[in-house]
Amino acid sequence: MTGAVATVPDRTAGPGPAPLSRSRRLAGPALFVAVGLLLVAVAPAVLSPFRLDLLGKYLCYAIVAVGIGLAWGRGGMLTLGQGVFFGLGGYAMGMHLKLREAGPGGLPDFMVWSGVESLPALWRPFANPVFALAMVVLLPVTVAVLLGLLVFRQRVRGAYFAVLSQALAAAFVILLVGQQGLTGGTNGLTNFQMFYGLDLYQPGDKRFLYLVVVAVLGTMFLLAWQLSRSRFGQLLVAVRDGEDRVRFLGYEPAVVKTIAFAVSAGMAGIAGALFVPMVGLLSPANLGIVASLELLIGVAIGGRFSLAGAVGGALLVNYAKTIFSEESADNWIYLQGAMFVIVMIWAPRGLAGLAADARAAVRHRRRPPSRSVAAPIPSGTPSANGSAPPGSADPVDPARPVDDARPADQIEPTGVPAVAAQRGEEPA
Amino acid sequence: MATLNQLVIGASIGAVLLLIALGLTFTFGQMGVINMAHGEFIMAGAYTAYLLQPLVGTQSVLVALPVAFAVAGVLGLILERLAIRHFYGRPLDTLLLTWGISLILQQVARDIFGAPNVQVRAPGWLTGGLDLGGVRLPYNRVFIMVLAVGCVVAIWLYLTRMRHGRRMRAVMQNRQLAAVSGVATERVDQLTFFIGSGLAGVAGVALTLIGPVGPTLGTNYIVDAFLVVVAGGLGQLRGAVIAAFALGILNSFVEFWVDNGASFAKVVVFAVIIAFLQLRPQGMFVVRTRALS
Repeated sequence: MTGAVATVPDRTAGPGPAPLSRSRRLAGPALFVAVGLLLVAVAPAVLSPFRLDLLGKYLCYAIVAVGIGLAWGRGGMLTLGQGVFFGLGGYAMGMHLKLREAGPGGLPDFMVWSGVESLPALWRPFANPVFALAMVVLLPVTVAVLLGLLVFRQRVRGAYFAVLSQALAAAFVILLVGQQGLTGGTNGLTNFQMFYGLDLYQPGDKRFLYLVVVAVLGTMFLLAWQLSRSRFGQLLVAVRDGEDRVRFLGYEPAVVKTIAFAVSAGMAGIAGALFVPMVGLLSPANLGIVASLELLIGVAIGGRFSLAGAVGGALLVNYAKTIFSEESADNWIYLQGAMFVIVMIWAPRGLAGLAADARAAVRHRRRPPSRSVAAPIPSGTPSANGSAPPGSADPVDPARPVDDARPADQIEPTGVPAVAAQRGEEPA
Repeated sequence: MATLNQLVIGASIGAVLLLIALGLTFTFGQMGVINMAHGEFIMAGAYTAYLLQPLVGTQSVLVALPVAFAVAGVLGLILERLAIRHFYGRPLDTLLLTWGISLILQQVARDIFGAPNVQVRAPGWLTGGLDLGGVRLPYNRVFIMVLAVGCVVAIWLYLTRMRHGRRMRAVMQNRQLAAVSGVATERVDQLTFFIGSGLAGVAGVALTLIGPVGPTLGTNYIVDAFLVVVAGGLGQLRGAVIAAFALGILNSFVEFWVDNGASFAKVVVFAVIIAFLQLRPQGMFVVRTRALS
């Protein structure tokens, strides 16, 4: 928060009485600590080993959600192929665990079944635990950097990028399924016994693994939070809201976007690597188009512009999936479809957005009536004197897009002037 | 000779992709919406042919073509009126919205028709094929290509010779200007949606000739169809035609030439499209404007 962004009004320095702003400043860390304590101390004591495993799985998805929140919420890059990065990390880890199990010179079980006689060259380096751990992050990051640079430098963005990332997920899954002898095909990698010295069939060791997942999620969350508070984060939001303007200011938006995309890919890779020992299997069904969109819906429901919302949404959606799938898989599909529709029509900013609106409404009511200028201003209409409505959140709150994730390059059939007025004009 | 056989297969897949991509490219180009439920209109068209089969008999495919066009078109119109029209110019939001709708439609199909695939019998004159000195021209694939060419010619005539089509181009190129010139843009949008969705229904009938029909029929083709839109350029008829056939043929050749090629084909196609975008980031053909991007 130095230098160029010094002129940006602090979130807490906005309108509102001082004590309230102080409590709001502490609300975030307090929530973080509370949720952390709940996950570390309460959950393992209360939940059965089976439920704790499920919670661990949801937390793996939540790590992916943090990355999506960064790339999509802050960077405006709708990645429909996050399953690819999740899978790259997961397979890197899974391959190492399979080799460990087979012992030196041995073959993983599925290779024996599909008639492979010697270990493929691609697998060999994964016997090294350090190499495997490095690959968990490096593979997804490399793919993301390559794709990002190739695509963003050509100013391919918005919906085009979404479509391409989805095509990548489709191609990746077909490749995995087709290479039966190399990847285990449709079944994927299964039957993991040990994970870096932990016996995955021992509840005690499994509980430790769960704590590792919680710790990683916490670290990733703080990383993403710090990143989006930093100058880089401000730049990322600026690129999302006006890529060309940022270019005119002398930055290269492609690099900014690629970094954010690569970080989110790395997070997905780490999540995949933890998913493998936590759940005990990884198959193409966990990575395809449908799975990638399932990773996304949690973020959309929780609120794409809020990292905490993304985590909460991921937990909520996966919990709902377990509950509903236990009854009937069909109902879950209906519910999932309905969730996409409802969120997009009535709450594009998700639960976090609804919560923010509710807070703003409460604050607004507490305020003296002289502030009644804050009559709700129809979206797209600039207020008479050009100032932001005082009742709403701060005008440059990074969690609130100036325009709802609409890429600047798209043809704008309706309301172009309104959008232009809404988009860059900060109050003087 | 095998090469030429592969060409026929690739071209017929390209023809199906073209029918699907036409609707996508026009709705995306004109209204700035991405319709993931487009794939389910394909499915609706295919199930229409399946349902007509016991009623009409062996020639059901011919009857199914116009009926499927109408069924899918009306579905598209309903979707546009109920949901999508509130989302014009927000492609990413429509993408997620329509993905939800597509999930629901798939599950509805599963509940009505059952999860297993069903088969539509092709009429007698579409089975078998013509042998041209070792090159086999299966009649069903030839029929699909003829169908696609017919649809493209019809669309071209519509866009260039008919008043409604010219209005559609006007709205696609500059909505505001079209509106102040007296074009009822909302009506044009509805018509575009109807025609685009209807073509997906026709594609669905075509697909019943080369494979079984199941609830996820559409999802298998929708991603490739979007790639056609990306490579061909937004709202571009020529671009869609070239890109669709190129993609279909490339796919079928990789599958054929490379060992275990079916698993590599999509990766190769993806790489080729990324490489192509390095040369032409906005696709093959672009409407030139003075706009910044």
